[in-house]
Amino acid sequence: MGVSNELQKNFTEVVPALKPKEAIDEANRCLYCYDAPCIKACPTAIDIPSFIKKIATGNLFGSARTIMDSNPVGASCARVCPTEELCEGACVLNHASKPIMIGLLQRHATDWAIKNKAALFQKGDDNGKRVAIIGAGPAGLSAARELARLGYQVTIFEAKEKAGGLNTYGIVSFRLPKEISLWEVEQIEALGVEIRTNTRVGVDVQPEELLDKYDSVLLAAGMGNVPNLHIAGEDLCGVLDAITLVEDTKTKPLTDEMIGKKVVVIGAGNTAIDAATCSKRMGADNVQILYRRTEHEMSCYQFEYEFAKQDGVEFRWLVAPTRIIGENGQVTGLELVRMELGEPDEKGRKRPVAIPGSEFVIEVDFVVKAIGQTRYQAMIDSFGISHKNGVVMVEDGTYRTSHAKVFAAGDVIFGGGKTDAMVVDAANHGKQAAHAIHRALSDQKQRV
Amino acid sequence: MADLSINLAGIKSPNPFWLASAPPTNSGYQVQRAFEAGWGGAVWKTLGEPIINVTSRFAGLTYGGQRVFGFNNIELITDKPLDVNLKEMDETKKRFPKHTLIASLMVEHKQEAWHEIVKKVEAIGVDGLELNFGCPHGMAERGMGSAVGQHPDLIRQQVEWVKEVAQTPVIVKLTPNITDIRFTARAARQGGADAISMINTINSLMGVDLDKWLPIPHVDGKGAHGGYCGPAVKPIALNMVAECARDPQIGLPISGIGGISNWRDTVEFLLMGASGVQVCTAAMHHGFRIVEDMIDGLSNYLDARGIASVMDIVGKAVPTYSDWGHLNLNYKVVARINEETCINCNKCHIACEDTSHQCIDIVRDAATGKERLIVREEDCVGCNLCSIVCPVEGTIDMVEIPNDLPPLSWNQRQAALAAGGTCET
Repeated sequence: MGVSNELQKNFTEVVPALKPKEAIDEANRCLYCYDAPCIKACPTAIDIPSFIKKIATGNLFGSARTIMDSNPVGASCARVCPTEELCEGACVLNHASKPIMIGLLQRHATDWAIKNKAALFQKGDDNGKRVAIIGAGPAGLSAARELARLGYQVTIFEAKEKAGGLNTYGIVSFRLPKEISLWEVEQIEALGVEIRTNTRVGVDVQPEELLDKYDSVLLAAGMGNVPNLHIAGEDLCGVLDAITLVEDTKTKPLTDEMIGKKVVVIGAGNTAIDAATCSKRMGADNVQILYRRTEHEMSCYQFEYEFAKQDGVEFRWLVAPTRIIGENGQVTGLELVRMELGEPDEKGRKRPVAIPGSEFVIEVDFVVKAIGQTRYQAMIDSFGISHKNGVVMVEDGTYRTSHAKVFAAGDVIFGGGKTDAMVVDAANHGKQAAHAIHRALSDQKQRV
Repeated sequence: MADLSINLAGIKSPNPFWLASAPPTNSGYQVQRAFEAGWGGAVWKTLGEPIINVTSRFAGLTYGGQRVFGFNNIELITDKPLDVNLKEMDETKKRFPKHTLIASLMVEHKQEAWHEIVKKVEAIGVDGLELNFGCPHGMAERGMGSAVGQHPDLIRQQVEWVKEVAQTPVIVKLTPNITDIRFTARAARQGGADAISMINTINSLMGVDLDKWLPIPHVDGKGAHGGYCGPAVKPIALNMVAECARDPQIGLPISGIGGISNWRDTVEFLLMGASGVQVCTAAMHHGFRIVEDMIDGLSNYLDARGIASVMDIVGKAVPTYSDWGHLNLNYKVVARINEETCINCNKCHIACEDTSHQCIDIVRDAATGKERLIVREEDCVGCNLCSIVCPVEGTIDMVEIPNDLPPLSWNQRQAALAAGGTCET
C-alpha cells in the first residue's frame, strides 16, 4: 500500500485552481466583448463574457448557472477542453495582450458551485412523456438534463457501475478527477433523472422493451475498448488496452507493476497520450509513443503533446508494430517495421507504407494499444437503425436515426474526423438532440 | 426568486434598474432596446426647447489601466423637437406598458412654460416626471439645470408650478454642485415633490493634453467644464443619498444615481435609502446587456438571504449612518496580518511608517531568515490604511479589541464635561 500511496500523488490534479485574487484580477481583465468570438468558438455557446462578469461582481451562483445552463458538463469541460483551440484561441486579447484564462475561470465558478452545494436548476413540470437514454456519458447526461428541465421523465441505462462515461472513467485523474464528473451526475439526478447503472442494453434490458415503453429513445452509448492490432503475441501478459489502463487508475488501487519498466504505447491520439502519461506516473522507467506517421499527422491536441513531453514521454515516428515477442507468456519485446509516407488517402493524410526488410526489435515490458475505439455495432443493429461502419446515421439537425423513435448523439454519430471527438461536442449533441426530441414529441402532441 | 418590483412614490416598476436621463435614453429605438434587455424603467433624455450640441462631447478617465473609471460630458438636453420625442415616448409606452417611463423636464423659469410641458408629456401616459435641476454645463449658463438646483427658492417655486398641474408623481433631480444637498432636497419637499433623485453630474475638467496644452475634450481649441460621473463618483452620490434618507425634514423616496455599475452598488444604494437606482455610465461602457447580471446578482443576493422582496432592504442601513459626534470613542480595532496569505510586498509597512502611525515592523525571523510583518497592536490606531493598500483581499483584517469601557461619543463626553463630570476615553 505504501507504494500505491506514493504513486497516488502522481494522480492528483496537475493544474492548480486560480487563487481568489488571480480569479478576480483575470475576470476584471475580460473586455466583456459584445457578440464575443469566444462564445462562437464554444460548441455549447456558453455566454463567456457574462459568466466572467458575474465572477467580477461576486455573483458566483449566477456565473456557475450561466456555464452549466449552456453546458451540463461544464465543470468537466473547464478542465478538459482544448481551450487554446476554442474559446481562448478566439479571445480578441490574443491580438493586443494575452488571452483571458477562460478555462480556469470556468473552473473557478463551477468549483464554487461544487463547494457550496449549489442547486442550479429545477426540473420542469411533468409533461407525461418518457424518454430512455442509452449511455450516461457527456452526451446522454446533457440530453437528460435538458429533457428533465422540459418536464420529461428520463431514464438512463448505463452499463458501468457509475455514470459520467468518459469523464468518470476515461480521462486521467490528474486532468479530471472523477469527483467533478460525479458532481455533474448528481446535479442531473437531482432533477429526477433515473440512472440505471450496471444495466446493459441487449443483455439486461431489450431494445424492444425500450421502444415499447418510452416515447423516444436516445442512443448515446459512446464507444468501446481499443480494437486488436491483429499481430502475433497480442494475448501475452503485458499487452494492455489504453482505455482499460486509464480506467483502472481511476477505479482501482494503483499497482506497482510498471515501476522501473519499459512501456510502449501504440497510437498518437489523446488516449495514447493519457495512457503514456499514466504509465509514467505509475513509475515506468521509459515510456515511448510509437506512431506509424509523423508528428504532423498526430491527432492529439498540441497541449497534450507538450504535456506528455514534459512528463518525459518519448516519441518515435514512422514505425509500426509487426509482432509482440514474449517469454513464459510475458511480453519481453516488440518487433517494429520502419514506415515512410506515401500517397495521400481519401482524407488527404499521407498513407504510411512499410519499408521492406527494415524490421527491428526493441525490448519492452508492456505494450499499450491506443489505436482508436471499437463501436457497439451489435447494439446499433439491434435497434435496426442505419449506420456506416458502426457510425449511426442521423438526419441533419434533428439527430433522428432511420427509426422514427430513435435519436442518437455523441460518439455514436461522430465519424472518423482528424481529431477525436471532444467532450464539449458530445455535450452539445446531447443538448441539441434533447431539444430535437422535444420538438418531435411536441409536434406529435399537437397532431393528436 | 425574490420579487424585484419596486414602488417609488407610487411609481411602479418591474425592477429597480432604470436608465438615467442621458444619451442612452435619447430615442425610442434605444429605450425599447433597453427594455428588451431587461431594464425596468427609463428616464427619457431631458425634454425642453431643443438645443444645438457641439461635437467632441465626452471624455473618459483611465486609472491604472481601468478604462471609464470616471466619465464626463458636455452634451446638453434633447436636440429633437418636443413632438418628435413625445411620439417616440408614446410608441415606447404602448409597446412596453409595464415598464416605467419617466419624462425628464427642463424649461425656463416661467409658470406657463412648466404647465405647458407637464400637460403635454402627461397626455401620452408617462409614469412620472423628473425635473432636471442638475445639469451643470451649458443649460446652467442659461439659468436652467443646476442654476436652479443651487437655489432652494427657485427649486421650491418651480416644483410648486409643476405640482399645480401634474397628475403623476414628481421626482426632483438634484445637483451635487452645492455645499449641502439637504437644503435643496428640503426645498423640493416644501415645493411638494413626491420624490428626489440624486446625483446629477459634478463639475469637472477631465484632463489637459500634455502636447497640445488643451483641455480634454476641447471644441476647436476651447474647452468648458463638463458633468462628471461613473464609478469614481459613487461614494459622493452614496453619501448624498444617505444624508437625505436620514434627514427627517426631507422624508421623500429617493431614486439613487451616481456611478452605479453593478448589483453590488445597487444593494448599497438601496440599503442607504434609495428605492431604486438609475444607471448611465456603465451602460455607455458596456451596453444595455449589463442589466442581466444586475438582475441576476440582486435576485441571488436576496434569495441567499431568504428576503422575499427587494423593497424589504430599502433603507435598512440608514439608522447606522450618523454624525461624527455620535461615534463611540471607546471602540477599538487593530490590524491583524494573515501570514498565510501575505505576499510580503511591504506596502502596509511603508504606508504605516511614512504616512500613518509607525506600528508595522519588518522583522527578520532568526530561525528561517525570512522577513515577517508584525503589527504592534498597542500602537495601532485602527486607521485601516494597511488593509486598504494590501493587494491580497482578506490578508489584513481589522479586528475588534474588546474593552471594559462603556460606549462614549464625543457629544456625550462634551456634555459630561460641561456638567462638571470627568470621563475617560
